[in-house]
Amino acid sequence: MDFAFFLIQLLNGLQYGLLLFLVASGLTLIFGIMGIINLAHGSFYMVGAYLAWSLSSMTGSLTAAILLAIPLTVILGMALERLLFRHLYQRDHLYQVLLTYGLILVFEELRSLIWGDDVHGVAVPALLNASIPLTDNLSYPVYRLAISGVCLLLAAGLYFLIQKTRLGMMIRAGASNRDMVQSLGIDIKLIYTLVFALGIALAAFAGMINAPLSSVFPNMGGQVLIICFVVVVIGGIGSVKGAMAASLIIGLAETFGQVLVPEVAGMIVYVLMAIVLVWRPEGLFGRA
Amino acid sequence: MKNSRLIGFLPWLVVGLLALFPLVESTFYMQLLTKVLIMAIFAMSLDLLVGYTGLVSFGHAAYFGLAGYALALMAPKYETVSLWWSLPASIGVCALFALITGTLVLRTRGIYFIMVTLAFSQMLFFIFHDTKLGGGSDGIYIYAKPTMKLGEMELGSLEKLENFYWLVLLLTAGSYLLLRRILGSSFGRALLGIKVNEHRMRALGFPVFKYQLASFTLSGALAGLAGYMAAVQYGFVNPEILSWHQSGAVLMMVILGGMGTLYGSVIGAFAFVLLQEVLSNQAWFGIAAKHWQLAMGIFIMLVALYMPQGLAGLAQKFGRKPAEETSDE
Repeated sequence: MDFAFFLIQLLNGLQYGLLLFLVASGLTLIFGIMGIINLAHGSFYMVGAYLAWSLSSMTGSLTAAILLAIPLTVILGMALERLLFRHLYQRDHLYQVLLTYGLILVFEELRSLIWGDDVHGVAVPALLNASIPLTDNLSYPVYRLAISGVCLLLAAGLYFLIQKTRLGMMIRAGASNRDMVQSLGIDIKLIYTLVFALGIALAAFAGMINAPLSSVFPNMGGQVLIICFVVVVIGGIGSVKGAMAASLIIGLAETFGQVLVPEVAGMIVYVLMAIVLVWRPEGLFGRA
Repeated sequence: MKNSRLIGFLPWLVVGLLALFPLVESTFYMQLLTKVLIMAIFAMSLDLLVGYTGLVSFGHAAYFGLAGYALALMAPKYETVSLWWSLPASIGVCALFALITGTLVLRTRGIYFIMVTLAFSQMLFFIFHDTKLGGGSDGIYIYAKPTMKLGEMELGSLEKLENFYWLVLLLTAGSYLLLRRILGSSFGRALLGIKVNEHRMRALGFPVFKYQLASFTLSGALAGLAGYMAAVQYGFVNPEILSWHQSGAVLMMVILGGMGTLYGSVIGAFAFVLLQEVLSNQAWFGIAAKHWQLAMGIFIMLVALYMPQGLAGLAQKFGRKPAEETSDE
């Protein structure tokens, strides 16, 4: 493996990992703060991708499609929190699993009714449709770099929001003691709605920006969801920092696995998970 | 007093009536009922975990599917295989896999446990889906049903629908009895204790992990029994039988019937399979039948929101007895 090839794989792995982080951070936030396990999280990734496809074929521009789709997914997230998830906060995880499993079926069928069952491609925005030559015959697409950049920006923004702002302080306080925050006069319900919508929007956004690379197809959310579960388990539930570390580990492991040992590449992430379970069952950054 | 004796008698009456079923009905409904009974074994095996040990597994299809694959891979391609060794061997494979995964997943609790069981079952799904081992996404055909021979004598060909139906019915009743016995023993009492309060049981000196692992392994083995029978019935296996939709469906059966009751799992399997048949019936719902999962999804959500104790819970609510104490999570 020469250096240029290694560099390409490294960048691909980081890009994939950062994308996973967008989905997994929402999952881990929603669990860490609201105590909800959301199996339907992958469905929002799918919804984002399909919105990007249908809106970009309407408007002719992926950027415009994304700008239109983000408010839509935020509204969808807020509505679902109000209508469904709110009823589950005090309930056993079992019922959360069941409800969100039902939600997956509903989303898949609605997707089939609205958008059909075909596979669709999405064009890379013209501005980013270029490659950086690395050697005579190897080059790296600018769009992948752009995705990594956007993901890093969002991760930094998320860190700032949670650690440095007043809203972030309320969110962290709400995670440790809901009733106390409530009695201090903070509208915890509103905060929950916001956190949920934020998590949903992050997953959907990941689906949107990745649509040109992965194309858009039925059941695309399922695979992402499972990998994100592995990410959350390795990183430690509720830990955004852990989600970042685990996303990058998984992203790199899977990318290099596919190049070096393609036969068992699908297994690698699960073996990693098993190792972490033996070594640190609470996850790398989890609280024991 | 009289009532409780009547209720104790009820399961036998049901089994008796079900045993007579092939005399009045043929093919379609018998096949459907066989499927219900297989799913009932599967659901009971999960109820042992969810309802009696307090472990919510979302990857139970792994053991169900693994047994089917074990049979398909062990059976010679165009010859028959004996039930006497292929069934125990398939169940053994599942028990072993459950023992190994159990030692890993039982290091976690609650939400972790749900995610990790799901992840391990997906691992198995991808092994069979992506590699040549099990025929990839197409799966493997099982051309001939296993044989039941005593010496040279054939006890009854499983190619005949009613023979297979009776065998499955026998196994369902047997599984129910076995689980009742186990749950009534001190082992079963200890499991319930662990479900209610794990720390208390540990403080009392119970080896909690070993009890849970035993329950997990037994549950995996029973799921394997169901999976073996399902593979025999369908005549093929493909990765779909160990997909997470299968895990979701069986969890739904347990909740729908009423978890922690055992008989609820049987009722749940019956109701769920029937509902599936009705919703996907093109003669009744026409084009909407193609999208039956939409109605099923909404139904599942409604059950999660409004019927946490399932059908058994409804029966208790409207019956004479006040609902028994539910565990404090």
